[in-house]
Formats: sequence, C-alpha cells, structure tokens
Amino acid sequence: MNVNELQAKLIAAARKHPPGEQVPYAFEKRIMSHLSGRPVPDIWALWCRPLWQAALSCIAITVVCGFWAYSSRPTTDNSDNFSQDFEAAVFAPMSEHIEDSW
Amino acid sequence: MEQTDAELIAAARQGDPASFEPLVKKYQGRIFATARRYARRESEVEDIVQEVFIKAFQKLDGFRGEAPFEHWLMRLAVRTCYDFLRGHQRNRETAFTELTEPESDWLDRFVVEPDHASENADAARELVEKVLTRLSPPARLVITLLEIEEKSVKEIAVLTGWSVALVKVRAFRARAEMKKILTLMTKDKYM
Repeated sequence: MNVNELQAKLIAAARKHPPGEQVPYAFEKRIMSHLSGRPVPDIWALWCRPLWQAALSCIAITVVCGFWAYSSRPTTDNSDNFSQDFEAAVFAPMSEHIEDSW
Repeated sequence: MEQTDAELIAAARQGDPASFEPLVKKYQGRIFATARRYARRESEVEDIVQEVFIKAFQKLDGFRGEAPFEHWLMRLAVRTCYDFLRGHQRNRETAFTELTEPESDWLDRFVVEPDHASENADAARELVEKVLTRLSPPARLVITLLEIEEKSVKEIAVLTGWSVALVKVRAFRARAEMKKILTLMTKDKYM
C-alpha cells in the first residue's frame, strides 16, 4: 500500500469536510454571564495587600532581631572592666614610651 | 448605526463589558469552527470557545489595533486549542481503537482502486479524525494548519508564536509521525 497516497487522500478528505460554524443557542449570553460575574480587579486592593504583607514581615523581623539582641546580651555587667582593658590596650605603647623616658 | 470593532473594543476597555457582546456574536462561529478541528466532544468545544472569549476580554488591553481584531482573536483561539491538546495528551493513546467496518471497507477500496476511494465518504472522515487524534499536539496543530487549512508557514508562525524555522521542523516531523501512524494502522492488514 502506498502510504503517501493514503495520507494525501485522507488530508483531502479532511479538507472537504470543514467543521461547521454553528453556535449553540444564546451562547454569547453564557460568555457575558461569565464576564459580568467576574469581579473587576480593584487596583488599590491589589497594591495594599502586598504592602501590608511586606509591612507585617518587616515588623516580625524587627521583633525577632530585637529579641535576639536582648537575649544575647552578656549577663554579667563587666562594662567597667571592658573600658579599663580598652584604655590599657590603647595607651600601652604610649605608657611603655613614657616609662622608657623616665 | 452599527459600531465598528474598534469602537466596541474601546468601550469594553473603558469598563463596559456589554460592548464585548456584539464582538462575541460576530466571531463566535469562526471560533467554534476552529475549536471543532481539535476537540471532538461538543462540550469540550464549548469550553474552548468560552476560554478564548474570556481570555480575549481579559487581554483586551494587549490588543494594539495594528492588525484586525479577528486576526488577534484567531491567534488566541489557536493557542488555546494547542493548550487544550497538550492538556489532553493522555487521551490520544487510548483514543486509537480498532478500525470500524466502514473504515476497513474504505481502506480495502483504496488498496484495490486508490482513485475510486471517495474523499467524501464518512469513513474517510472518521479515519482521518482517528489518525489526527493519535498525533502529538504540535504535529496535530501543524498538520491541521498547514495541510488541511492550507496556511503558509509564515501564517502558522504568526498564529502559533513559533519561529518560521520551528514551524518547518515541526511540519517535517508531523508528516513523518502521520506516516508512521498510517503504516502501523495498515500494517496488519495489508503489509
């Protein structure tokens, strides 16, 4: 059997039978009811929703960071020691120099 | 006086959905005919047409008016039909059943006297429908547009959004795919 010929014949058959353009009764009403039933998008609402979500996320991150900073604070108050150590470290070369000059 | 497409589209864009109704009435027949090329069941055809018009209404702002509204709508229809075919890919494996008696008779007639096998016969129509159902979605789309509707490669590229080169490649593959299906279909009986 010649498959090419069969293919051509079948395509010719399909060409000779184009589908009809008949439309079910009042089909346009069905379309219009779908379109009118659809809520019109409110642009302000579309903007406000993500903005609120972003704001809430920022607040949540701030609270978590604040809590973390508060809880990771050193329990003993050694701020005086720290300042003395810091001062000694900064002035160490200078004090050595002064001692040598004496 | 009857409003033009451009006037109706402008009114629909400004928030008057009722202006879209005359456009639906005007073009629904053509969209139904297009959808019937790809879907068999009438309920599926109706769903496709409905989806085309809803998409058209939603994307009306994207219509720039450079080409006629009908062309823009047909592009949307072809792409929706292609999506439908891709969504129903699984069905094509199960849809291929044995040949019916009239189809088998038509093939017998074709083997004996190819010139006398009528292209008008219902069996030929059923047979081609069966073969098309077996094709992959891109192959079916290309065969339908290129061979059955006799559109040019450029027109198909515009309708589908594919490049001209891609249409050519897919057309080549589609013909080979169709031949393979026909060979499989007739192998047991005639080869």
